[in-house]
Amino acid sequence: MVEFALPANSKVQPGKSHKAPAGAKRVKTFKIYRYDPDSGANPRLDSFEIDLDDCGPMVLDALLKIKDEIDATLTLRRSCREGICGSCAMNIDGSNTLACLKPIEDIKGDVKVYPLPHMSVVKDLVPDLSLAYAQLASIKPWIQRQSPLPPDRETLQSIEDRAKLDGLWECILCFCCQTSCPSYWWNSDRYLGPAILLQAARWIHDSRDEMTGERLDALEDPFKLYRCHTIMNCTSTCPKGLNPARAIGSIKEKLAERTF
Amino acid sequence: MTSPTTNRPLSPHLLNYRWPLTVLCSGTHRITGILLSIGTVLFVFWLGSAAYGPAAYDFASSLFSSPIGYLVLFGYTFALYYHLCAGTRHLLWDVGKGFDLATCAWSNYAVIGAALFFTVVTWAAALIF
Repeated sequence: MVEFALPANSKVQPGKSHKAPAGAKRVKTFKIYRYDPDSGANPRLDSFEIDLDDCGPMVLDALLKIKDEIDATLTLRRSCREGICGSCAMNIDGSNTLACLKPIEDIKGDVKVYPLPHMSVVKDLVPDLSLAYAQLASIKPWIQRQSPLPPDRETLQSIEDRAKLDGLWECILCFCCQTSCPSYWWNSDRYLGPAILLQAARWIHDSRDEMTGERLDALEDPFKLYRCHTIMNCTSTCPKGLNPARAIGSIKEKLAERTF
Repeated sequence: MTSPTTNRPLSPHLLNYRWPLTVLCSGTHRITGILLSIGTVLFVFWLGSAAYGPAAYDFASSLFSSPIGYLVLFGYTFALYYHLCAGTRHLLWDVGKGFDLATCAWSNYAVIGAALFFTVVTWAAALIF
């Protein structure tokens, strides 16, 4: 259901502030969502002043600088620092993106860093992704065939059929789109969400997969698929420049073609 | 798999997001849809008053021709045209057209502009003739 206010235990309180070192010239303030599961206290917003002359260019650089030099308890996921692992997905300056791909310079004013929206927070910037992973498993994201695979070579695909997967296979499952979707916020228990539906499209459009009908059957549901109202926030926010809204549209088209 | 602790906070969402225009257009489509449902009740009230007799009809007409009545009717006209224009864009999306962000960037303004244009033209025509 639609909800505006956060539950009582989730309301964000003012937090600590950390001043920039003396002599810093280009100072930028980072306001970072903190939640410590051990304290039992409400989440808070800590502010950290960073000297940009002594920091890398991306938001992730600043977060790691804070963790290394100011507050070692700051908790976040990160791995590749080049936009291919999808670990450092978070809400920066009001939009979901990857901290490693977001230049600090692009942000006017203070840099506000929150976990992915409308998620259960494990600690600081780390949301619980188990539901999204379970939903991914539910669409069976692997090739399924009825006829046997060729024993002595790969399953070949024409160049045209391979091109149908462009814009789908590049998804890194960072869940920026998933957690930017208001429909997913209000119905995450039943609506699969843009990231999972893009994955579903990736297998539906794969010429080597032979379970297209079953895949469509599984999605033909008022909630799983049709809670998508083309709000387009998924596409606006995707840090890889993909278009989940179009992918979902393509599934709806396949279902329509099948019916009429 | 599921959360071992039940008291985990929910991360901020609706009021913490910087909404692109596409999202606001989508929300407006939903809101105008609701307003149209309410407006239909007013339309039935007007038709019903005409069926009920001249006195009832005069009463209904006086309500609709009051300043607040005009405001409501103007809002209803805009809601109608906005829902029509945004709905047309939904139809185009349903046939796979106009999903890229560059197209959405101008189709947002096309939807809003067309709705305002039709509203103003309708009211100009209504007030002149």
